[in-house]
Formats: sequence, C-alpha cells, structure tokens
Amino acid sequence: MAFVQKFLIRVFYAVILLTAVLVLNFSMMHLAPGDVADTISQSMGGADQEVLDQIRAEYGLDQPFLVQLGRYIGNVLQFNLGYSYFFNTPVTDLILQRLPATLLLVFTAQIMALLIGVVLGVISARRPNGLASHFVTALALFGYAAPVFWTGILLLIAFSLKIQWFPVAGMQDVTVSGGFWVHALDIAKHLVLPAVTLGSVFLALYSRLSRATMMEVLGSDYVRTAKAKGLTEREVVYKHALKNSLSPVITLAGLQFSAVISGAVLVEAVFSWPGLGTLAFQSIIARDTPTILGILFFSAVVVIVGNLLTDLALRFVDPRMGGK
Amino acid sequence: MRKLITKLALTASVTVMAAGAVQADEPKQGGTLVTVLSTNVRNLNSAVQSGIVTGFPGAQLFASPLRYDEDWTPQPYLAKSWSVSDDGLTVTLNLVDNAKFHDGTPLTSEDVAFSVEVIKANHPFKTMFAPVETVETPDAHTAVLKLSKPHPALMLAMSGQLMSIIPKHIYGDGEITDVKTHPRNNENVVGSGPFKLVEFKNGEHVILERFDDFFIEGRPYLDKIVMRIIADPAARAIAYENGELHMGAFESLPRIINRLKNVDTLTVTPEGYGAIGPLDWLAMNTTKGPLKDVRVRKAIAYAVDKNFIHKALMQGTAADSKTGIHPDSPFYNADVEGYDLDLDKAAALLDEAGFPVKDGSRFSLTVDFGWPDVKPQVEYVKAALKKVNIDVEVRASADFPTWAKRMGTMDFDMSWDTVFNWGDPVIGVHRTYDSSNIAKGVWSNTQGYSNARVDELMAMAAVENDPDKRKALYAEFQQIIADELPVYHTNTLPYHTVYNTAKVGNPPLGIWGTSTPIDMTYMKE
Repeated sequence: MAFVQKFLIRVFYAVILLTAVLVLNFSMMHLAPGDVADTISQSMGGADQEVLDQIRAEYGLDQPFLVQLGRYIGNVLQFNLGYSYFFNTPVTDLILQRLPATLLLVFTAQIMALLIGVVLGVISARRPNGLASHFVTALALFGYAAPVFWTGILLLIAFSLKIQWFPVAGMQDVTVSGGFWVHALDIAKHLVLPAVTLGSVFLALYSRLSRATMMEVLGSDYVRTAKAKGLTEREVVYKHALKNSLSPVITLAGLQFSAVISGAVLVEAVFSWPGLGTLAFQSIIARDTPTILGILFFSAVVVIVGNLLTDLALRFVDPRMGGK
Repeated sequence: MRKLITKLALTASVTVMAAGAVQADEPKQGGTLVTVLSTNVRNLNSAVQSGIVTGFPGAQLFASPLRYDEDWTPQPYLAKSWSVSDDGLTVTLNLVDNAKFHDGTPLTSEDVAFSVEVIKANHPFKTMFAPVETVETPDAHTAVLKLSKPHPALMLAMSGQLMSIIPKHIYGDGEITDVKTHPRNNENVVGSGPFKLVEFKNGEHVILERFDDFFIEGRPYLDKIVMRIIADPAARAIAYENGELHMGAFESLPRIINRLKNVDTLTVTPEGYGAIGPLDWLAMNTTKGPLKDVRVRKAIAYAVDKNFIHKALMQGTAADSKTGIHPDSPFYNADVEGYDLDLDKAAALLDEAGFPVKDGSRFSLTVDFGWPDVKPQVEYVKAALKKVNIDVEVRASADFPTWAKRMGTMDFDMSWDTVFNWGDPVIGVHRTYDSSNIAKGVWSNTQGYSNARVDELMAMAAVENDPDKRKALYAEFQQIIADELPVYHTNTLPYHTVYNTAKVGNPPLGIWGTSTPIDMTYMKE
C-alpha cells in the first residue's frame, strides 16, 4: 500500500516536472531573438524574404506565443512530439534513431567507469598513503579536471593518428562487410575512444567516492570485529566492507545517469558519435524547437526512471532501505 | 535568325577529356571514395534545398541541364546543346535522349518543366528563375524556357548546385509547394545523376553507388561514394591524415589548412570555389550615426589593415578580395581602391567628417559577429580602430539566429559577415546592394545602402546578354561599391579541398566545389 502510494506521488511529481520542462523551455526558446527560419536560410546560403515568410507561416512561427505553446502541449498530450523543422522528420523518429547509439556509449562508459573506479578506489583505500593511492588520486583529478573535448582530441591524436589503433569518428565503418560479429567488432573498435573519454569523468568521481567510503568503512567497528575473528584482509575488504561502501557509489551512479545526455553531448560531438547528444547540440544550434523540447522531454523521463531504478538498486544492496 | 551558341556534345567531351588530361594517369573504373560532409543534411533534394552540404550529394543524385569547367564555360550535361534567341527571351534546351531516372523511367522535357516549377515555388533564391514565365515542351527532348526579359544569369543557374532535374512521376504527386517536405526527399530519392542513393542516415552518412544506366557512357568511374558526416574540423583533419577520409571540401580554418598542407600524403588546394564565391567582409550600417558619412566608412577601411587580416588572421590561406564579386569570377574588377593601411589618411578623413578627438575618443561603435570562427576578426577591428580613436565594443550573439535577427533588422553598427556569390551576380551579389532589398532578413541589403546608379547598373547587367557589355556594367558597379563602402571587402573565405594525392584522381576542382557531378573522379588504387 505504502509502495503504491509512494509510486503515485512520484508519478504526480513526474507530470509536474515534465510540464515545467516543456513550458519553461518552450518559453525560453521563444524569448531568444531569431528562429529556425534563420538557420534554415543559413543552411541554404541565404533566402529571399518571401521564402522566410513562407517557412514561418508553414511552421506556425508567425502565430502568437500562446497559440504556439497551446498547439505544442496539445500535441504532446497526444504523445506526438511534433515534426522537426530542421531535419524534416518526426521528432520521435529522430530520437529513436539516435537513442541506441547514446545508450551504448553511456552504458559502456558508466559500467567501465564504475568497475574500474571502484577497484581503484578500494586499492587506494587500503593503502591511503601508498604510491598506488597517489597515482589513483592524480589520475582521478586529471580525468575530472580535463575537459572531455580536450581529452577526446588528445586520445584521437594518440590512438588514431600516431598509433593507428582506433578510427577517428562515427560508430561504424560502412565499407566493412561481414556477419554480425564482424560488425560488432567494428562498432566495438569505434566505441573504445569515446567510451574512455566519457568514462574518464565518471571514473574520477567513482574512484574518489569509493576510496572515501571504503576508508570510512574500514575504520568501523564491524570491520575491526571481522579482523579480530581472524578473517583474512582480502575477505574483510571484499566480502564485508565493499558491499557496505557501495551504496553512496550507486546513488551517485544513478544521479550520473541523469547527466548522461548532457555529458555525452561534447563527447559525441568530438567523435561524431551519431547519438542524442549530437542531435541535441545540432538542434539547439539550429533553433529547432520541437527537437530540443523532444530531447528535453525524453531526458526528463530518463531522469525519473533513473531515479526509480537507483532506489531499487539501493534496496537490493542495502536491505535496510526497503523498510523506510 | 537565331544566334546559336550551341556546342555539340562531341566537341564538349573532347574539351572535358582535355581538361582531364592534366592528370597524367588513366582514369580507373571501380573503387569506393570515402569523403565527408561537415554538417547534417537537411534535405537531399537539391531542387528545394540550396547550400553546399546538400549540393554535394544533390549533384550526384540529380543531373542538371548544364555543368561547368574550371574556366566558367558551360558544358553540355542533360542538355546536349542549347540556344538563346536574339531577343534573349527564349532559351531552348535540346536534351540527351538516353537519360533515365534511377527507377528506369526516361527523363523528358516534362521533368524539366516540372523542376522549374518546383524550384520557382520552393528554392530560396527567387531571382534565379523569376524571369522564366513558362517552359514549353514541344517534344520529349526539347524544353523551351520563355522569359519575361533577357536573363543571362540563367546559364549559371542551370548547373547542378542550383537546378536539379527531379522526376515528375515521383515528386509531382501533391501540391508544388509540398515538394519541400516530400517523403522521398530523404529516402528512396530518385534522380538521373551518376550515383543513386543506397542509404542516408542523418548524423552518420550518405552512401551512394554507381548508377549503371547513367546517360554518359562509361561513367561514373567510382563504384561507390561514402559521405561521412563529421562536424568537428579537428576530427576531420585527423581522418584525412590517417587515411580514413580520401577527400573533403570546404575546409576553411586557416590553422587546420596549414597543418594539412604539411602532410606529405595530402594535396590541399583553394582551387574550384569561384562560383560558390564565399567572401568575408566588414559590413557597415550606412543609415546610422557616424557611419552615414562615407568619409567615416573610408577612414575605417584605411585603419583596418587588410594585410594583417591576410597574414596574421587568415595565415596566408585567403585571397584578397576588393569587391562584392569573387576574385575568381570573370566579372571581378581588381582595378578599384583596395584601402591599404593608412592611419594618417584615416585620421584626416575623420577630422574632415567632423569627428575630432575629444578626451582621446572620436565616437564609439559596436561590431557584431555571428559565429565563433570570426571572433579574431572583430577583436582585431576593435584594436585597429582604437588607433584612430574610435571606441569599438564587440557584441557577441548567443547563436546564429540571434545574430541573423540583428542583421535582418539592421540593429547593428558594424558586423563581420560572410556571403556567397552563388554563381551569377544576379543570384548572390545584387541582394547585398539592391535598394529594394533593404533589411529583408539576414544576407539581404543589411547595410541600408541605396544608390540609384548602382540599382540601375544591376538592373541593366541583369538583362545584358552580351558578356563584354555585362562585364563593363559590373566593372562600374564594383567601382562605385568600392568607393562608397557599404561593406569593406577584405578577403575570400579560404575554402580548401583536401585529398589523398596517391588515391584520388581528378577531384572536383571546377567552379562549384563539390556541388558538381563527380562522375570523372576515380580512385588510383
């Protein structure tokens, strides 16, 4: 009962949030001077006034603000995210085309960062003043401080130009032909550099956080008790301490998923990764309101679902959470 | 008696072969060219979408009546010959009789008439076909364009970038104005060009393959073209360097151009952009404050050192351009005032105009810019004008539409701008100086410039079919523009084509960049 109630409250909040996302962003887009007719004209090397007026009339951009907003909200209520002015495609199609690439990139980067980050954190927590710990700290700070587009270009120069291990851009080489595994390998090759770049930021967060929580846990009473019982150091760390130190890390991972699309924008731009980030970037530049709003709407849904999943994961790791 | 300027297909193909013979190697059949587009493609149908990004795939998918060699001479393409009547009011196109669309349907004069109608209704450049009243189709392979007045600009407008012949049986199923958003614009595109569409994934690539029934025997040479979409110029540069990309066009960042020039495997050339005609300039609002006075505008031109822009900012990649017509154009008049740096003259002109130095300053102005690449230029303008005691504030715009709005409504003093010629001056040049086109959106006459003689010269040149007389009219036009300075012309936008020297044979270096059929390009290995 409590769960259902909680769930309904969540849905209620979600609806308010989504409405706010749409109305606020629609208004902000509208407040900015100029519109998509200008960027369409830019993509065509200029256009006569008559053509600009025609474009504005066709997309209803000449209508009053409230009429435009009303129409848009009306469409969304019918699960219609509208039609991209700039790409001449329904927004839902655009998002669904791009979604798999972004999910692949973000999941890979997250999982990689989570695994490596936790391992590095634990290693450095065990010898907080050891050489390894300092190395991890330095690496984490570097990963966090360096802008992703810079890390990306640096990796490109190192691993695509100097040592030609990985391709420069895109998600697959269309000249490659073969079966499923050939293509999977090709995509994997394209995935390495963007995933490492995007992962470098997350990695820093996870390794620092797991280092801190691990150190805290290692100083706690039950760890001392476990040691006193005669368990080996390894058993204490990986069986008892690790599980208890994970919940902040999982919370953070959940929150990071909300930042998934924003974080991927720059990485996708550098590597021409055909995902939602690139689409978001391009549609903002193009002032393509329906597409931007569609992506924001979608991101908001991802955040909400991400938070729900985080809660579930926490219950799994730490059964005490379930009682609350 | 008709004045025939007909060229037989035979003669022309000899010319074309002669042009191709510059390349020592024999063209080879086969191979895949991997090339690049710098942004997403809005629309593959080049009859309704202009611009250089659509121009490249567009010219491969669709054929046009004419094509151009590097000397600006029209060559037969879908039209094996053509003629203009003595009064200039009738243009007859004799179409090849073996052209087919990719779905096997023969191309006829009906398709030409339909395409003109679609372009007139949807294309952003209204001046291209405005004088074309009707297209008569006496038989399947003759199209007669009836004009309301002589229209020499039609010749360049009939090339691939501007006039794609699209099939009536595919795109003619709805209203003419709906062709803009026709579902077949981005999938199952059907044209009669040398390549047909295999796959278009926006954000990833456009893949084209050889059309075996192409109307020119033995062409195209390539089996396949992969156009990857890579927006980041640094990533493109690495891809040229490591061989992932064989060729790319429209690279314009001086830093990257110069870096690529030092790569042994690559050829980097500014050739072949004359008809695209991209020009950089400092626009001045002639209707506001001190800039109303031509002496002030001249003083600004004398104070802004072109040489510094060419050497330091463009790093030697851009050419000088003194007028609104691209220096590669046959109409370019180099014999006009170029405004070399002269601070004393600038100060004297400002004094004369009644703006003496008071407390270290004469007056203040703003300078705008619409995209980050040209920020150094406006920062330099600010520094340069400081030397003649003009205070300049640099105004940034959040994005292109913000800047476009400011320009379109003339809410600016000065701005850096880049404008393209698009072939004939009637299409891309007149719009900047025509007094009937003031403040009609971005890239109109945003300077509020008005001169009756300039209007008259443009009107006369627009209907003058004699090339020499036309050239003389444009020469005077450029003289006046350079003297009255609604814009201070500084340089060409340094578009460069980059290609792998060992792999790519006969890359497109005509006048239209890659907005031209590349049926003669081949892979060397």
